[in-house]
Amino acid sequence: MSIIFKKSIEGRHGVSLPESDVPVSHSISEKYLRTKKAELPELSELDVVRHFTELSRKNYGVDTNFYPLGSCTMKYNPKITEKIASLDGFSSLHPLLPQLRRGGMLTQGALSVVYELEKQLSEITGMDAFTAHPMAGAHGELTGMMIIAAYHRYKKNNKTEVLIPDEAHGTNPSSAAIAGFDIKSVPTTSNGTLDIDKLESLVNEKTAAIMLTNPNTLGLFNPYIEKIAAIAHKYDAQLYYDGANLNAILGKFRPGDANFDVMHINLHKTFGTPHGGGGPGAGPVGVKKHLEKFLPISRITKRSDGTYALDYDYPESIGYISPFYGNFGVCLKAYAYILLHGAEGLKEVSENAVLNANYVLHSLKDSFHVPYMKTCMHECVITSKNQGEKGIHALDIAKALIDKGYHPPTIYFPLIVKEAMMIEPTETESKETLDAFISAMKEIAQESQTDPEKIRNAPQKACVTRLDETKAVKDMDFSFHG
Amino acid sequence: MSYISNTDKQRRSMLDTCGAGSVDDLFTDIPANLRPKSFCLPKGKSELEVASFFDTLSKKNYSNLVNFVGGGFYDHFIPSAIDAIVSRSEFYTAYTPYQPELSQGTLQAIYEYQTDICRLTGLDVSNASLYDGGTALYEACQMAIHATDRRKFIVDGGVNPIYRKMLNSYAVNLSIEIVEVPVSHGQSDRTNITALLDENTGALVIQNPNFFGVIDDHTDIVKKCHELGILVIQSVYPMALSLLKTPGEMGVDIATGEGQSLGIPLSFGGPYLGFMAVKKEIVRKMPGRIVARTLDTNGREGFVLSLQAREQHIRREKATSNICSNEALCALRAHIYMSIMGKEGLRECAQLCVDKAHYAIQRLNAIPGVKVMDSSPTFNEFTVRLPIDAGECVGRMIDKGFAAGFPLGRYYPDMENYLLVAVTEKRTKHEIGLFAETLEEILCQ
Amino acid sequence: MNPTDRRYTETHEWVKLEGSVAVIGITDHAQDALGDITFIELPKKGAILKKGREFGVVESVKAASDLFAPISGTVTEINESLETAPEAINSDAYGEGWIYKCTGFKKEEYDSLLDAKSYEALLEKE
Repeated sequence: MSIIFKKSIEGRHGVSLPESDVPVSHSISEKYLRTKKAELPELSELDVVRHFTELSRKNYGVDTNFYPLGSCTMKYNPKITEKIASLDGFSSLHPLLPQLRRGGMLTQGALSVVYELEKQLSEITGMDAFTAHPMAGAHGELTGMMIIAAYHRYKKNNKTEVLIPDEAHGTNPSSAAIAGFDIKSVPTTSNGTLDIDKLESLVNEKTAAIMLTNPNTLGLFNPYIEKIAAIAHKYDAQLYYDGANLNAILGKFRPGDANFDVMHINLHKTFGTPHGGGGPGAGPVGVKKHLEKFLPISRITKRSDGTYALDYDYPESIGYISPFYGNFGVCLKAYAYILLHGAEGLKEVSENAVLNANYVLHSLKDSFHVPYMKTCMHECVITSKNQGEKGIHALDIAKALIDKGYHPPTIYFPLIVKEAMMIEPTETESKETLDAFISAMKEIAQESQTDPEKIRNAPQKACVTRLDETKAVKDMDFSFHG
Repeated sequence: MSYISNTDKQRRSMLDTCGAGSVDDLFTDIPANLRPKSFCLPKGKSELEVASFFDTLSKKNYSNLVNFVGGGFYDHFIPSAIDAIVSRSEFYTAYTPYQPELSQGTLQAIYEYQTDICRLTGLDVSNASLYDGGTALYEACQMAIHATDRRKFIVDGGVNPIYRKMLNSYAVNLSIEIVEVPVSHGQSDRTNITALLDENTGALVIQNPNFFGVIDDHTDIVKKCHELGILVIQSVYPMALSLLKTPGEMGVDIATGEGQSLGIPLSFGGPYLGFMAVKKEIVRKMPGRIVARTLDTNGREGFVLSLQAREQHIRREKATSNICSNEALCALRAHIYMSIMGKEGLRECAQLCVDKAHYAIQRLNAIPGVKVMDSSPTFNEFTVRLPIDAGECVGRMIDKGFAAGFPLGRYYPDMENYLLVAVTEKRTKHEIGLFAETLEEILCQ
Repeated sequence: MNPTDRRYTETHEWVKLEGSVAVIGITDHAQDALGDITFIELPKKGAILKKGREFGVVESVKAASDLFAPISGTVTEINESLETAPEAINSDAYGEGWIYKCTGFKKEEYDSLLDAKSYEALLEKE
């Protein structure tokens, strides 16, 4: 499949623009102009459409087939939300409008979306206030850590350390580091839960925060939540909740009820907004009352007459972390998702997500090694240990699944489990789909014994076979040069 | 509305496999005293009801004012082929391309996008996108810290005030020093900037065209910076770059910017597209994902995420950035836009913006009491001095159906009478004429 | 088998003495765990390193490992060929894959490191 630049034909034209209707033809002085034109493609609209249609056929989405990526919540994206986001009244709205005099009145529909979403997220999570500003989960984590840093500065606390479990997603330590903190790692026990004794020994006056993911990245609910909150708050350390796994606990548990101080949510996971091939996402951050004053500005308030307004009067705010009100188009879809589901619908989401994951776990436990054999939440972890004697690794099993028509689960994460494969079915998958996937996995387990070479050479049925990643790093070919 | 396929019967069968009596048995790890104190949301609605609700809500937004507001975000024409292509679910319901064999579509598109950005900016390597132009600028500063080990930054006053506020917010936790230098006669103040350059300075941050719409050639300042080992970060307007001298030509080290003008709807502030391109010497310090071209075991060309050892999932607290999700689908939009507008089309579009803006300048200058600041060259945006408060003027123009521009007093305290006006290829001669006439009418009142 | 003419650290570096010069590299176990090494960030010549302090990073496609100075000393030479051919660490971790040389170290620091047998015992436990 040719790179688009190779398809260019000199002089070929894509979209046509109207002719100039103004009696001015202005030439910018040459010293400010580029000397050579940018070599962008020269193609017709048909060329372009065909090129991208062909590219799309080399891709795999949730709409294609099962996408069991642990920690990513690849659930079905309702089509009505796409339609809503493309309504002209939302998509054509300039973000600076509410900053013009009387401009707030021009954007009441949009402001209400953000305000109401923030309110509903507060109810869902038990937090007191939310900001929709962060444009991704990691961005939310950074925002949350900046809020914690601001809190400690405000209270003149000298806090320099953040404690993070060793099974945590890499965005946790990297976000805390950018917020200016040193990281101390807390180990996980052989039961798959946080080493509470070690945690207790590490918390001291220097601890600014403890970051937890619950259920953790092994899919297990932390049994020490209340104890951890007590330990943290004894030293005025703030408890941070990484909401990446919220899909497991909707309507069953609210971080706010368990004394978490700050949290973030990944709208593109729990609230069904599409992943887009890597983004855009959104990572709203929720806080308890004592941290509300540090939230980024602008905030949206509702006046007594029911109209919405932007409010910048927060002298302790951490300031601007986004240019405007967040990834509005993503927030809009999440808001629609919540309205579609309601409280009962969201409870059904977590119930079916957890049931699906346990079903997969119990169905695969005889073929694959299970490091933590107990009831899991919305995702389960298995390993390739049983297949290891034939030289088969998690990577090989992942590639073999591609030949069976599936996207592989998450592999080699969490880091603390050797040869990990993390499967998160999500609630939208049917029993038949899961059964077909389970059969495919069992076949691979079989083939690992009878024909390991085939597994090691997979995939053979995709549009490419395994790619030379070492060559990619050495050549550093990041841009086409003809 | 529920999107769950399984029936009660199927769930029963699955519970049996798990050895559980009911779904509640699967949640016993959550203690009774930690169950929700409240979970009150409006009852779930059908698709029809939700569609109607949002239809009504969307009409409470006045998106049909004739738009002369810019400020870094522009009302450009978006070719319909873009929506048609990105609505293919193989693109928009796909995940990050960590399994390359199933993601060659996304990976190749991003590689091509990276190429477009390099060609537009004249720099060596582009990443696969950041959240927006503001966080891209902040990430560039982080890069400069890693590359130079210095913590002082000089920021030109012509850089978008929103981006400057963002930089200041992030800088609080990084122990870096930021010194702002106001513009002089609309352009970068060479004298004052040069006076501040020293061996503690990590980078100079500039913008082209700047927030006032003014174009500059920063080659001279870049030279001075490089003499002292200082990097230069330039925030740019990508549509304008099809005509203007590139960051690469000026010797700039890192180019960042907002890609919204490349086929991405205004959408009340997001999702947008942060782009970044750098010189190859500093590529290892670059944040964000990068796609590389390589070969598979059969020698066929393929694409793969590369240099991942920089990223958070491997380096954790030592990563070049914490970024994970980016703006991949927006980058795809931008690439389709650049492909379908093409080498000549993008320049034609930029030239239309220039011509229409300069026609607007002519018409506005003809209004008594109104003066367009013309001491420096502009692209499609310019600053107008009004005889009354600009905010007040804009308020009255809204009643007449115009979003007349952005009152600069909002961010620059001495500029209450100044209005920032942007003109794109979408504004017709008629609209521009009507705008000028209406403004004249209002000023006479 | 790990050569007996040198000492080892728990973080998988090795040190070999050549008179008053110490040569430092990473072990065979380390290079194997990393996979194909694609990049190494070398220390600077003249840098004064303290035992246990980070002095660089070695990267493969899927991993990155910090490198820790096994002994204190001043960097006198770095293996610049690794800048273009870091794979020498994979093919010859104990020879051509040496990373840097230093002087001014304390013999006690060297003696306190693991010998080949103790290092192998450590690997068995992992």
